[in-house]
Amino acid sequence: MTHATLPETETAAPEKQGQAHPIRLYLLCWGLLFVLSAASYAVDYAQLQGLLRWTLILIFMGLKAGLIIAVFMHMVWERLALSLAILLPPLAALVFMGIMLAESDYTLQSRVDNFATE
Amino acid sequence: MTDVLSTRPDGLQGLATDWASDQRAFKTASWGKAMMWIFLLSDTFVFAIFLISYMSARSSTVTEWPNASEVFSLHLGGADLPLALIAIMTFVLISSSGTMAMAVNFAYARDRKRTAALIFATAAMGALFVGMQAFEWSKLIHEGVRPWGNPFGAEQFGATFFMITGFHGTHVSFGVIFLLIIGNKVRKGEFDSGRRSWLCREKGDYEAVEIMGLYWHFVDLVWVFIFAFFYLW
Repeated sequence: MTHATLPETETAAPEKQGQAHPIRLYLLCWGLLFVLSAASYAVDYAQLQGLLRWTLILIFMGLKAGLIIAVFMHMVWERLALSLAILLPPLAALVFMGIMLAESDYTLQSRVDNFATE
Repeated sequence: MTDVLSTRPDGLQGLATDWASDQRAFKTASWGKAMMWIFLLSDTFVFAIFLISYMSARSSTVTEWPNASEVFSLHLGGADLPLALIAIMTFVLISSSGTMAMAVNFAYARDRKRTAALIFATAAMGALFVGMQAFEWSKLIHEGVRPWGNPFGAEQFGATFFMITGFHGTHVSFGVIFLLIIGNKVRKGEFDSGRRSWLCREKGDYEAVEIMGLYWHFVDLVWVFIFAFFYLW
C-alpha cells in the first residue's frame, strides 16, 4: 500500500499564502508584454512581408502567450499533473489545423480547376 | 498545502503518482481552480476551431483576402495609421491583465481596498475594450462590411471577423460583469466575513479572485492569437 504513505488533504483547505509572488515579477511581465505587443505592431507598421513577417508574428505571439500562461496564470508554479492536463490537449487542435490546411489546398485547387471563369 | 508537497515527488515521478493516487489528481489546485482550467481548455478548443475555420476559408478562397492593415487603419491627425485602434485595444487589454494579476496578489495579502480598486480598474479597461470594439464594428458596418460580403475582397472576411471578434467580445463582456460582482464582494468584505458561499470556503479565502483572474487572463490570451492571426497575418 504505497499510497497510504502519501497524506491527502481531505478538505482541500485554501492555500494560506495562495499564489503569492513578488509584485516586481508581475510588473516585469507586464512591461515585457507591452514591449512584445509594440514589437508585433511594429511588424505591421514597417510593412514587413513574407516569411520574415510571419516568423516575427509567430515568435512575438508565442512569447506573449507563454508569459501570460506561465506568470499571470501561475502555470509555472502548478504541479506537472495539472499543467500537462491543460497544455497537452490543445496539440490536437494543431493536428486538426494541419489537416484543414491540406484540405483547403485541395478546395482551392478544385475551385481553380472547375470554377475558373476567365 | 506544504505538507502535501513535502511528501510528494516532483517532475514526471510526481505526475505519475498524482494521477495514480486513485484520489484527486490535482493535489495543490482546489476543485474551483481545476474546473476553471478545464473550462478554459474547452474554450481553447472553441476559439481554436474558429481560428482554424478562418484559416480554411482564407487559404481556400480564389479572391484576394482584404488587407487588414488597410481595413483597420484609422485616420488620425491627417495621417492613416495602420491598425491604430487595434493596437490601442491590445494595450488596454494587456494593461487590464496587469492590474488583474496585481489584484490577485493583493487579494492573497488580504488587502481588501487595493484588491477591489484593482479589480474595478480591470473591469473599467475591459469595458473600454468592448466600447472600442463596438466602435470598430459600427465603422466597418458603415463601410459596408457584412457577413456575406464586403467592398474590400473575399466575402468570407466579414463572416469570420464578426464571428471571431464577436465571440471574444462576448467573453470580455461577461468577464466585466463577473469582475464587478467579485470586486463588489471584495469591497464589502464578504471573503473576510467567515460566511460560507459558493465563492468562499472560509474566512479569508480569496481564491475566487485568482479563479476570476484565470478567466480574465485567458480572454487576454485569446486576443493575443486573434491579434496575430486575424489582424497581423
